[in-house]
Amino acid sequence: MSEMTQRATGGPTAQISDLRLTLDGTTLLHDINFVTTHSGTTMVMGPNGAGKSLLLRCMHGLLTPSHGDVQFFGHSANTTRHQQAMVFQKAVLLRRTARANLLFATQGRNLAEDAIDQALTQVHLLDKAHQPARLLSGGEQQRLALARALLTQPRVLFLDEPTASLDPASVLIIEHLILEATALGVKTFFISHDIGQAKRLASDVIFVHRGRITEHSNADTFFTNPQSREATAYLNGELVL
Amino acid sequence: MLGEAFSQAVSLILSGDPDLFEILGLSVQVSLSALFFSVALGLPIGATLAMTQFRGKKACVTLLNSLMGLPPVVVGLLVYLMLSRSGPFGVLGLLYTPTAMVIAQVVLITPIIAALTFQVMDDLHREYRDIFQSLQIPLRHAVPAYLWDARYSLVTAVLAGFGRAISEVGAVIIVGGNIDHLTRVMTTAIALETSKGELAIALGLGMILLALAIFVNAMVTWVKARAQRNAYV
Repeated sequence: MSEMTQRATGGPTAQISDLRLTLDGTTLLHDINFVTTHSGTTMVMGPNGAGKSLLLRCMHGLLTPSHGDVQFFGHSANTTRHQQAMVFQKAVLLRRTARANLLFATQGRNLAEDAIDQALTQVHLLDKAHQPARLLSGGEQQRLALARALLTQPRVLFLDEPTASLDPASVLIIEHLILEATALGVKTFFISHDIGQAKRLASDVIFVHRGRITEHSNADTFFTNPQSREATAYLNGELVL
Repeated sequence: MLGEAFSQAVSLILSGDPDLFEILGLSVQVSLSALFFSVALGLPIGATLAMTQFRGKKACVTLLNSLMGLPPVVVGLLVYLMLSRSGPFGVLGLLYTPTAMVIAQVVLITPIIAALTFQVMDDLHREYRDIFQSLQIPLRHAVPAYLWDARYSLVTAVLAGFGRAISEVGAVIIVGGNIDHLTRVMTTAIALETSKGELAIALGLGMILLALAIFVNAMVTWVKARAQRNAYV
């Protein structure tokens, strides 16, 4: 993180145009269009099965959209792939120590000698550096996964429910790191069902329902005066079908 | 009678009977040679199959799994036909040599190692694919990582292949001919000595073979336990 430099954000940070995803004849994402013009965190919310993870996977290139265009900082997503990182809901860690996991992700990258130790310190795992990563607790594994993602010095960070079912301490550490990253200019897309967390982190909110964006507004507007019926129902804790 | 044969077998082993240890040495030599070539062939076949997508992949996997159960005598017969004087490779004069036995064992255990490697690598690839793609890990770094992270499971696959090779009799007796001091290995010697009623040497070899099988299984168990302890499986 200390390696990162403040990045100016002039034009759109992300621009998604007419994105559609069809798998096995079923259209799962319908004509997605939105633009974000700032760094900070865009919270992606919506009921289970709405297509939030699919949207992030399409944006990150893990899924190829059937149609449409994804751009970051005015460039095609494909050309900026090396500037992106993703943290998944379930941390996928290699079968080696915590430290070796970070070393593997950063091979070939020009990092300071102590970057790995700094990253481990930031996620409070320096004392567990030499433990097998898969023996760490769920919260520790997710913190390690976030440290790994941040070590690659991304300009765009995708987070797919990284704090789901974690203890409050781990959630706090992860949120702190994300705030720190966004302050340094990293554009973050964060999926969460935790409304409190969304209020703490979000600059703006995209609400996805049945593969469509039904609302994209700044965080204050979304939480105080949601424009769509689905978002209103969701925030009121009602069943959104 | 059984007790007498058993005590004779023990004394043969303890006295270092040269015939018995010659047979043991050839058995290990043939099986380790076969294992070497099978690993060299089976690991890349299994890994490539797991990490690539192509039309007909499912058919290839089905075929590979089916080949795991190849009847040894059928393999022996096929290799015999290939290596016999009238066969395509008859000119090489390999029939009834240890090389022919290695070839037969390679045919037998390569599918086992390839199929087990496929299963291991396929599981790992499904797990790692997204994160490797996300981290932009180039193939030259990804492949060693897959092999390293699958090391314990792959060792188990290799040991399973060795266990199959060392205990196999049908194929090696057909292509090796069970010639004394040339192609006689433990399994063929046991079959021969039993048919002659020479139970002492048959039992002695059987005990060594059993000990080897137990050793291999113990190694598999140890490797698995070590891997599980460190959550490396």
